Amino acid sequence: MIGAGKIKQYTNVLDKPLSKGKQEVSLSAFAFLFSELVQYNQTQVDNIAELERRLEDAGYAVGARVLELLCHRDKGNRRETRLLGILSFVHSTVWKVLFGKVADSLEKGTEHEDEYMISEKELLVNRFISIPKDMGTFNCGAFVAGIVRGVLDGAGFPAVVTAHFVPVEGQQRPRTTILIKFAEEVLQREARLG
Amino acid sequence: MASTACFMIVSRNDIPIYEAEVGTALKKEDAAHQHQFILHAALDIVQDLAWTTSAMFLKAIDRFNDLVVSVYVTAGHTRLMLLHDSRNDDGIKSFFQEVHELYIKILLNPLYLPGSRITSSHFDTKVRALARKYL
Repeated sequence: MIGAGKIKQYTNVLDKPLSKGKQEVSLSAFAFLFSELVQYNQTQVDNIAELERRLEDAGYAVGARVLELLCHRDKGNRRETRLLGILSFVHSTVWKVLFGKVADSLEKGTEHEDEYMISEKELLVNRFISIPKDMGTFNCGAFVAGIVRGVLDGAGFPAVVTAHFVPVEGQQRPRTTILIKFAEEVLQREARLG
Repeated sequence: MASTACFMIVSRNDIPIYEAEVGTALKKEDAAHQHQFILHAALDIVQDLAWTTSAMFLKAIDRFNDLVVSVYVTAGHTRLMLLHDSRNDDGIKSFFQEVHELYIKILLNPLYLPGSRITSSHFDTKVRALARKYL
């Protein structure tokens, strides 16, 4: 008889307990889904900038949810109120949960006070993607940039986040850098909080 | 023992996305408007206070006559606000934590737009049950 097992059936998702987060998704399944996402968006737009914006928006929705879920699950209900706090939260906790490892590096920009960079030797989402020459500087890491923007925006640190390829000598594939540029109000509030 | 209590969830953009009168006292017509007004007036105080601490439960932040406003701020700056006349701090904290979990489950729905009204009747039922249990 089907359903004779001991699994408890919940009538409504609100009754189910929040999962502990130990579940893993296969990389190939994700890569397949992500490639379909990119291809679908390609048919809907006319230019590269629009495609990048759509991927970013898709990531933004993920980021907003990831922020709430992780603060509740992994940080025992403590919010981040400082700039460095939220950046290290993104760099370690968010990256660990999404990609299985912490990001390679977190740096502060040298030219501007409001710029920070998270670098990764190769973004997980880009592993099975190759960009044709006629697409120029397009980077599917825009999805990850959207996730970071969703997290920062949700926590009250509005920022412009973009993904760039940075060529590294000695390596065939370029490194990916997520560039975070915070809005003016964030720096003013940071200065006020001391 | 009759108690007045008005519970509201206000999003990051100061738009109420859920409200419920959960007290056991008799409901008067104008009291509901007054409760909403008091909660909205407290939003300014919450905004300033939220940046001074990394805790989520900010206890009683404002008073009006004998009514007290208590607030719980989530990571995404969604505010769970409760207007009440009791002094049961622990009960209120547990109530907020349980509603927070319910809110996260609603938020995880990919078809739910963050910041829009919560229309699920199941959510409403559960919040009222929690209010009866903890308040």
